[in-house]
Amino acid sequence: MTHLRSYLFTVLTCVAGLLATMATAQDFDALVASLPDGNFDDRAAVVGQIAASGDDRAVGLLEALSDGELQVLKSDGRLVIVTDVKGVDIAADALTGAEAGVVPRRGASAIRVNNSLRRTIGAAIGILTLSSPDPARRLTAAEAAFRAPDPDQLDLLQTAILDETDPRVSAALKSAIAATTLAGDSTVADKLAAIAILKTQANQAALGILTPLVAAPDAQIAAAAADAVDQIERTQKLWSGAQNVLFGISLGSVLLLAAIGLAITFGVMGVINMAHGELVMIGAYTTFAVQEVIRNSFPFLFDWSLLIAAPLAFLMAGAVGVAIERGCVRFLYGRPLETLLATWGVSLILQQTVRSIFGPNNREVGNPSWMSGAFDIGHLTITYNRLWIFVFALAVFAILLFVMKKTPIGLQMRAVTQNRAMAASMGIRTGWVDAMTFGLGAGIAGLAGVALSQIDNVSPNLGQSYIVDSFMVVVFGGAGNIWGTLAGAFSIGIANKFLEPYSGAVLAKIIVLVCIILFIQKRPRGLFAVKGRAVDG
Amino acid sequence: MGLIDRRMGIFLAGLFILTVAIPVGNLLIDGKPVPSYLVSLFGKYLCYALLAVALDLVWGYCGILSLGHGAFFALGGYAMGMHLMRQIGDRGVYANPDLPDFMVFLNYSELPWFWHGFDMFWFACLMVMLVPGLLAFVFGWFAFRSRVTGVYLSIITQAMTYALMLAFFRNEMGFGGNNGLTDFKDVLGFNLQSDSTRAGLFILSAIALAAGLLIAKAITNSKLGKILIAIRDSESRTRFLGYRVEEYKLFVFVVSAMMAGVAGALYTPQVGIINPGEFSPANSIEIVIWVALGGRGTLVGAAIGAFLVALTKTLLTGWLPEAWLFALGALFIFVTLFMPTGVLGVIESTLRRKPAPKPTQEASV
Repeated sequence: MTHLRSYLFTVLTCVAGLLATMATAQDFDALVASLPDGNFDDRAAVVGQIAASGDDRAVGLLEALSDGELQVLKSDGRLVIVTDVKGVDIAADALTGAEAGVVPRRGASAIRVNNSLRRTIGAAIGILTLSSPDPARRLTAAEAAFRAPDPDQLDLLQTAILDETDPRVSAALKSAIAATTLAGDSTVADKLAAIAILKTQANQAALGILTPLVAAPDAQIAAAAADAVDQIERTQKLWSGAQNVLFGISLGSVLLLAAIGLAITFGVMGVINMAHGELVMIGAYTTFAVQEVIRNSFPFLFDWSLLIAAPLAFLMAGAVGVAIERGCVRFLYGRPLETLLATWGVSLILQQTVRSIFGPNNREVGNPSWMSGAFDIGHLTITYNRLWIFVFALAVFAILLFVMKKTPIGLQMRAVTQNRAMAASMGIRTGWVDAMTFGLGAGIAGLAGVALSQIDNVSPNLGQSYIVDSFMVVVFGGAGNIWGTLAGAFSIGIANKFLEPYSGAVLAKIIVLVCIILFIQKRPRGLFAVKGRAVDG
Repeated sequence: MGLIDRRMGIFLAGLFILTVAIPVGNLLIDGKPVPSYLVSLFGKYLCYALLAVALDLVWGYCGILSLGHGAFFALGGYAMGMHLMRQIGDRGVYANPDLPDFMVFLNYSELPWFWHGFDMFWFACLMVMLVPGLLAFVFGWFAFRSRVTGVYLSIITQAMTYALMLAFFRNEMGFGGNNGLTDFKDVLGFNLQSDSTRAGLFILSAIALAAGLLIAKAITNSKLGKILIAIRDSESRTRFLGYRVEEYKLFVFVVSAMMAGVAGALYTPQVGIINPGEFSPANSIEIVIWVALGGRGTLVGAAIGAFLVALTKTLLTGWLPEAWLFALGALFIFVTLFMPTGVLGVIESTLRRKPAPKPTQEASV
């Protein structure tokens, strides 16, 4: 019985659809004229018919109706589209588009729409654009039809898919047809096929359509829907896991950037540099200053601004770093707690200097075009700025590793930190090497500032928010081991993002902090402890 | 050397004069030569001084540079703040007899379990010492047992106070979120706004500071204190001599945390607010500079340092707000580079041409 009835209904709607398509322009005028009559439900029916008519004027008309611009002139009852031109309401005939002059105040009343009607109109407009020559618009229309499935539009969709050449639009149409089939009274076989199609979709919208069907009266459909829901949820869990890893890697690369300079000054040299965060901030403000100059004088260079800022930030922060080392830290070697206090003092002074020069407020640093936007892989969205920061972090890491292991200055740095007296006897200018090492760490902090200016607020407090995190990364990874910093940054980042869905962002951070504190109790020298005689040196 | 040597004697005498002069000037002399706000301001400095003494006890005598002492201070302050919140009763904006204002605002239906008992004064006083003490015990037990020392310990104490700050900023924690606890009315029936209560709290703070100084002095003068100094100067050598280093450290760390908690508890009613900002790592580092400026390992010096820095802060932030961070930063650098013995050391060595007992080079490592 059900089968028969749904079959009959399908036939009837098909006939109705055919009739509607065949309707002449005359009928269209009549339909539009009947819009002001009746209640919202009647109006919804008329909207459906207007959409099905395929008339060229339909889209504009429906948009006007949705926006409340379709109004009835009180003087002669004509339907007009009223637009606001510089504060004056100008009316144009709804059907012919002919000018109808200025509408006096309260001279026209809008045809009223409510939210449910607005949705109907939205879906109708979506359907109408299915025949647009632009594939992007067709895609939007197909997606709209998928989101708001209307059984009356099934035939239109099925006609549209026959002529469709673009594979993406075609796929979207397929899903839309499936959703529409499920919303209407199609045969069980059709519905099962539709469920199978939606099952491959595996997104939230498909889940939204399928979940109510689990309670469908037909056992076959219900079982298929339950199975599909189950599978979609499993796929989604997989994707959300992947998403967490991705977010974690992104956070990890930020942490790596912030901590990697510290891995040199603290990890290699053993100097507690509390001004490290402020060196990052100096890098960010250098980027800001470079962008200001470019904006004002060479706007065509804007896309290159970060590449120009990076070496400048390195030099700027590096120079400040060398000044800190020569002016203060070098008197305190072997007294780490005093170094900590003195560099904290430096950090306060740097903060206040920047605040005095640039003001206490956030400064706007723009994204170059190649850093804005995003792309999709499967169900994942990857923004370009996160991707580039990841690449940048790894590049900085690789360069640092190269400098430390393969260059003469790197060799001297390692020699001095391992045995100062011996290195000095070999003719290495230890004081100069100390300054260079500290400058290198500081310069890398400046590079981090260039990257962080893209995703964080550039304010005098920028450095403060990273200082605890960076120390945690270095200590967790194991001071003195650059690879440890890499591992520490990414494991902290990923752990943080996996906790976040369960506990919220702040609590996740607290949990990670507590875990690190506990971890240090267990392994005071970090994940990858440096072994050997140098440890207690 | 008795409990009260010359240095301590002079300081206690000065403190006594201050404790008498300020309330008298405020309450008894006509025309109020000492305005009421000064009473609370000096009361606040006394709390800072007690906090500095607490830190000096662990840093100056045992070599534990804690960058998280602000956390113990704030916890004591919160414990007292919770009692004061409960004392408001139905006089809050929402006039709810069972729940503090912020809970009504955040749609709490009933009092969280950890708020129970705080309506009793003795319970709150117990918690003021117990909560910081317990945190210090747990934290120290883990840290000292696994021999986390020096800079590593400093960094994880900083992480501890940072984690607590993040936690207390959360509204869900039930401690008023970023607004903290405020709008207190009275304590034990005394109106917190009245001059006599303020004077009373001031005198109490002075007594607490004197008691803290004497307790710290007694500890450092005892045999245990000598072992603490031995640990400061050479931890492994002391361990090889057969002393259980971690137990000594744990004891002094817990005592110091309790002292900081008391300072916080006296601070809250005088300032009228306690909020998560007190947990910020920057605050804790500032305490270190009080001790360093006054003279590390002298107890009295720590109190003087706290007083000096806090006074400068009050004056400078009033006159030249921009200059304060410059001054503080310069102070950090100057003291560590040029004044390792602090103000007290400089004064004493110039007065008597005989250097005060100061921490050896080794000690600061």
